[in-house]
Amino acid sequence: MVSIIDETNAAAVAVGGREFASVPGRWTKLVRELPVLPLAILVPFILIALFADFIAPYDPTEPIPGAKIFEPPFWMQGGNMHALLGTDFQSRDVLSRLIFGARVSLIVGVTGTVVAGGIGTALGILAAYLGGWVDQVIMRITDAWLALPGLVFAIFLATMVGPSMWNIVIILGLVFWTRYARVIRGEVLSLREREFVKLAEIAGGSRTRVILRHILPNVMNSTMVLASLTIGVVIIAEASLSFLGVGVPPPEPAWGSMLSDGRSMLMVGDWWLTVFPGLGILLVVLATQLLGDWLRVRLDPQLRNL
Amino acid sequence: MAPLLRVSELQTHYFSFGGSRVVKAVDGVNFTLREGETIGLVGESGCGKTTTCLSVVGLLPPAARIVGGSIEFAGEELTTKRPREMRRVRGRQIAMILQDPMASLNPLFSIYWQVAEPAYHHQGVRGRSLLKRVQDLLQAVRIASPEVRMREYPHQMSGGMRQRVVGAIAMAGGPKLIIADEPTTNLDVTIQAQYLEVLKDIQQESGVALIFVTHNLGIVAKMCDKMAVMYAGKIVEQGTVRDLFRAPKHPYTQALLGSMPKLGSKEPLYAIPGQPPNLARLPSGCAFHPRCAYVMPRCMTQEPEDRRLAPDWTARCWLLDQEAKEKYVSAIA
Amino acid sequence: MSAPLLELQLLQKYFPVSTGVLRRRKTGWVKAVDGVDFAIYPGETLGLIGESGCGKTTTSKLILLQEAPTAGTIRFDGEDIASLKGQELMRYRREVQVVFQDPYSSLSPRMRVGDIIAEPLEIHTDLSRRELAGRVAEVLELVGLQPDLARLFPHEFSGGQRQRIAIARALATNTRLIVLDEAVSALDVSIRAQIMNQLEHLQQTLGVSYLFIGHDLATVAHISDRIAVMYLGQIVELAESLELCAGPLHPYTQALFTAALPSHPDQRHEKLRITGEVPSALNPPSGCRFHPRCPHAMPQCAVEAPVRKEIAPQHTVACHLY
Repeated sequence: MVSIIDETNAAAVAVGGREFASVPGRWTKLVRELPVLPLAILVPFILIALFADFIAPYDPTEPIPGAKIFEPPFWMQGGNMHALLGTDFQSRDVLSRLIFGARVSLIVGVTGTVVAGGIGTALGILAAYLGGWVDQVIMRITDAWLALPGLVFAIFLATMVGPSMWNIVIILGLVFWTRYARVIRGEVLSLREREFVKLAEIAGGSRTRVILRHILPNVMNSTMVLASLTIGVVIIAEASLSFLGVGVPPPEPAWGSMLSDGRSMLMVGDWWLTVFPGLGILLVVLATQLLGDWLRVRLDPQLRNL
Repeated sequence: MAPLLRVSELQTHYFSFGGSRVVKAVDGVNFTLREGETIGLVGESGCGKTTTCLSVVGLLPPAARIVGGSIEFAGEELTTKRPREMRRVRGRQIAMILQDPMASLNPLFSIYWQVAEPAYHHQGVRGRSLLKRVQDLLQAVRIASPEVRMREYPHQMSGGMRQRVVGAIAMAGGPKLIIADEPTTNLDVTIQAQYLEVLKDIQQESGVALIFVTHNLGIVAKMCDKMAVMYAGKIVEQGTVRDLFRAPKHPYTQALLGSMPKLGSKEPLYAIPGQPPNLARLPSGCAFHPRCAYVMPRCMTQEPEDRRLAPDWTARCWLLDQEAKEKYVSAIA
Repeated sequence: MSAPLLELQLLQKYFPVSTGVLRRRKTGWVKAVDGVDFAIYPGETLGLIGESGCGKTTTSKLILLQEAPTAGTIRFDGEDIASLKGQELMRYRREVQVVFQDPYSSLSPRMRVGDIIAEPLEIHTDLSRRELAGRVAEVLELVGLQPDLARLFPHEFSGGQRQRIAIARALATNTRLIVLDEAVSALDVSIRAQIMNQLEHLQQTLGVSYLFIGHDLATVAHISDRIAVMYLGQIVELAESLELCAGPLHPYTQALFTAALPSHPDQRHEKLRITGEVPSALNPPSGCRFHPRCPHAMPQCAVEAPVRKEIAPQHTVACHLY
């Protein structure tokens, strides 16, 4: 019925327990304990994506003047210094396309995740906090949505609205929101019963206020962890769409379409057209997954078992 | 006669962050317990009383280690025993009763099996005598119709009854010492009273020694012969319950007694200022000095030693050191 | 005696119990609160004591409008709170607050303490940011904390300090009644004394009333002016604190006193004469609900439920012995 609260926190603090820190206070500690590997991969890619215009040697959509098609990377026979990683079927510089492709992948990955997270978190909160028929309706929609095969649905939508980068972002958001909704709903269901929420209600707080000031900040941790774990999935999804031809339209470079274009040349040994974009996808997704894992353990004990 | 349990200069520390952070949960604890005696280990959260008990039964968490001192039980040294040997001691000679009965009982096994287990394993009792033993034990903890109730499962019983079953399990191995760690905190007041009476009866009938760990001085007043008051990993005062309640010598003991509301009195409570200490960052000198009403300069720099006030009464406080007191008095005069 | 601040009359709260997997049939009622009357006057502390299942938590929820009563009324300043709407409802919410038992879950973990305390003010008033900060500082000082702690987060405080913050929030809006629901039960002994002294001091300074719900007799008796003893949804005895301690009349109250821990080893104590466990509120015993466990039970007790009568001045008991 009654248990004594540990007044000192001494044992908990001392025995290496995780410290239940607040968001602002935790950021400074976070910086000191950042995971090196994922960031070592991601930061360069982010910088490359940001400064693509300055870094890339050539315009990725234009052929290099004076270059041949399917030139191999410079260290191979037949390679040339003017196209370090070789050229593709239109004599365009693979390196430049790789660089700009990073931008596309990251932008689509991040904004797609944000859209998915936004929709999913909002619906999850509304379902759990408002309960009743709102909950039922949202949950049924979630169930139904989950029954749709993700990629097929994305392709369908893409062909309906026509491919363009922002359309893809929205489509991906629409495909991936359900995982957020489920998890966040679960969390809010238990959060709703916590005393500080009840106190806000007793004090006369409106539902909007309770949701915005008490519920939302406390699910942000889970949302962020979920987001970091989902980015990789979204990037791959985008690459898949591009690979299938319904993603970011040419001539805009995207790693997925580079894979698709270069696929047939693998048979004749022109590996650089596929390996480099493939490596790019691999590294970025790996890094985001590692980051997400680290973030999960670091930020939110409730998701540790996910 | 040699005491049943003698704990000397026990030190148990918690290590974390690869050994860089050490918390001295128990830092030089001494007490003895004779057969049939009851001692109350009193203190607030974080004072080290539970760690002391876990050290005695060898159930410390992986992050903790006994780094010094000795624990002599029935003539044997416990700190040097291997885990397998300690397992033989536990249950058979020393039993523990914990705070949450639901956590102590296995929901999948019947009451019979759980009470029978210690007798089965440690004393090799079988068959009909085992049945009788279980019935006797359940009767000793005042559970009515034991033949019927022993076929039940923990979830079918109320909290008070479950705690009594835990008591029966503790007694089943025929131990010489029972350590009860806040066993009544989760119980209702009247259930607690019934339970404590049961415990007292068992204790008197079987002559088992009892260590009662609690923050509640009322329980100690009711159940124990001796008491040891702990603060920041050390025992600051210990003696008979009567002596300490009548004329406590350590300011912390006095403060604890003063902060207990007494039924029928509206006298203002003495509220100890400040917070219980952070064991990772203890104050210099006497750990209690920041909160002590009688603090002297010496208290801030030097840790007081145990002073013997009577054959069974010790306390560690500079106030008891005449020399220190005189120096102080003359200094402020 | 001035008019009561809060008055409960014939309050009942029954929870339906249904069984069956496919078609939920109602098989009975959990009579959590069954005919509770008491009043709290301005500036006083009423203690509510009882064991688990007695209905004190439900009573608190009814007062805080977290549940609606099945029957009976709760009046605040003479008005039935069930009929309050709009502005008047907000006024009630402003003037009646609560402090819960667990200091670790009653403060929003991601809000600064200053914002937590200011929240009721933000909801109910139009104060500017500077005025809010000023009031927060004022109230922090009232509970014995330094005003500049307002920018910290809850996890940076100890349990006792968090309870002070919870009390500060409860006081922020010129509250007139605070429900203290086991507010000190989870604190260490020395901190408990600190908080209790602080609460008493606040009452003397501000004239706020308290409904102090607890299970430890000594603690409740110390802080309360009057005490109401609850058993299985009903008030069995109500008297002034010292009067009750001097001579409890109801056998259940007597059992509580006997069961209470002594404050000194030499204290004489009688054998506890109460038996058995608290029965469930689903099927309460007939007549007087305490009769199956009562050492003084008479045949009448199983048949007729006793009415609470005034036996001595300001001392009411519901028992056939009187």
